[in-house]
Amino acid sequence: MKRREFLAGLAGGLALPGAALAQVDPLDPLVWVVTNGAPVKKGKVTLELPQLADNGNSVPIRITVDNPMTEADHVKSIHLYAERNPVRNMANFYLGPHAGKAEINSRVRLAGSQKVTAVAKLSDGSFWYDTASIVVTLSACLDES
Amino acid sequence: MTARIQIPSQAKRGEVVEIRVLIQHPMETGYRHDDVGHLIKRNVINVLSCRYNGVEVFRADLSSGIAANPYVQFYTVADKSGELEFYWIDDEGKQGSERQSIQVGA
Repeated sequence: MKRREFLAGLAGGLALPGAALAQVDPLDPLVWVVTNGAPVKKGKVTLELPQLADNGNSVPIRITVDNPMTEADHVKSIHLYAERNPVRNMANFYLGPHAGKAEINSRVRLAGSQKVTAVAKLSDGSFWYDTASIVVTLSACLDES
Repeated sequence: MTARIQIPSQAKRGEVVEIRVLIQHPMETGYRHDDVGHLIKRNVINVLSCRYNGVEVFRADLSSGIAANPYVQFYTVADKSGELEFYWIDDEGKQGSERQSIQVGA
């Protein structure tokens, strides 16, 4: 029994960092379309969502990328994914050096409590992401509201 | 399709200006049923684009994951006086556009 517990603990401990890394699965076909299999690192991107939404029909969202917007180094695009929406790729935003500031505000629909991910593509070809979890009391899309 | 677009009418050269776009549109998801049980066809705004003096500075691909009456806020650098042109199209092929002028001072 002790040995079993030890092994379970070991497996749990090993699974945790793995799960954290797998938040953005580079093999996810939706992400693959954007990254072409390149690694997606956590950081630079900040995704802001309320922690709780009473209604998933209109949830404010804010994505900021901490990166200069110059001709040589800028954010090319920002991609938004919802884990449990029927259409998982919610939106793609294309920016350029002319944007001055990599920040987008919008309102999204969310079908239930889930994790939302934003992936940013930089001009140097690197990819960065951030996730935010949200509890949605009344989900959008699937019910007759 | 009416839209409300807010940009500052005046800006300093090189200033980062905020652009707010709000379009009146149901953004029908395609998952809802009408009163007699027929599925309502999907009808969302696919593309929203913003041109500054003819150069595209922002584009968004939207889906049913964006709330009804889509609101998008973004930024651009005011470099010279001119016009910002907004253009969008939905699944039914309906197009909408709007122009706003901006005065850029020294």
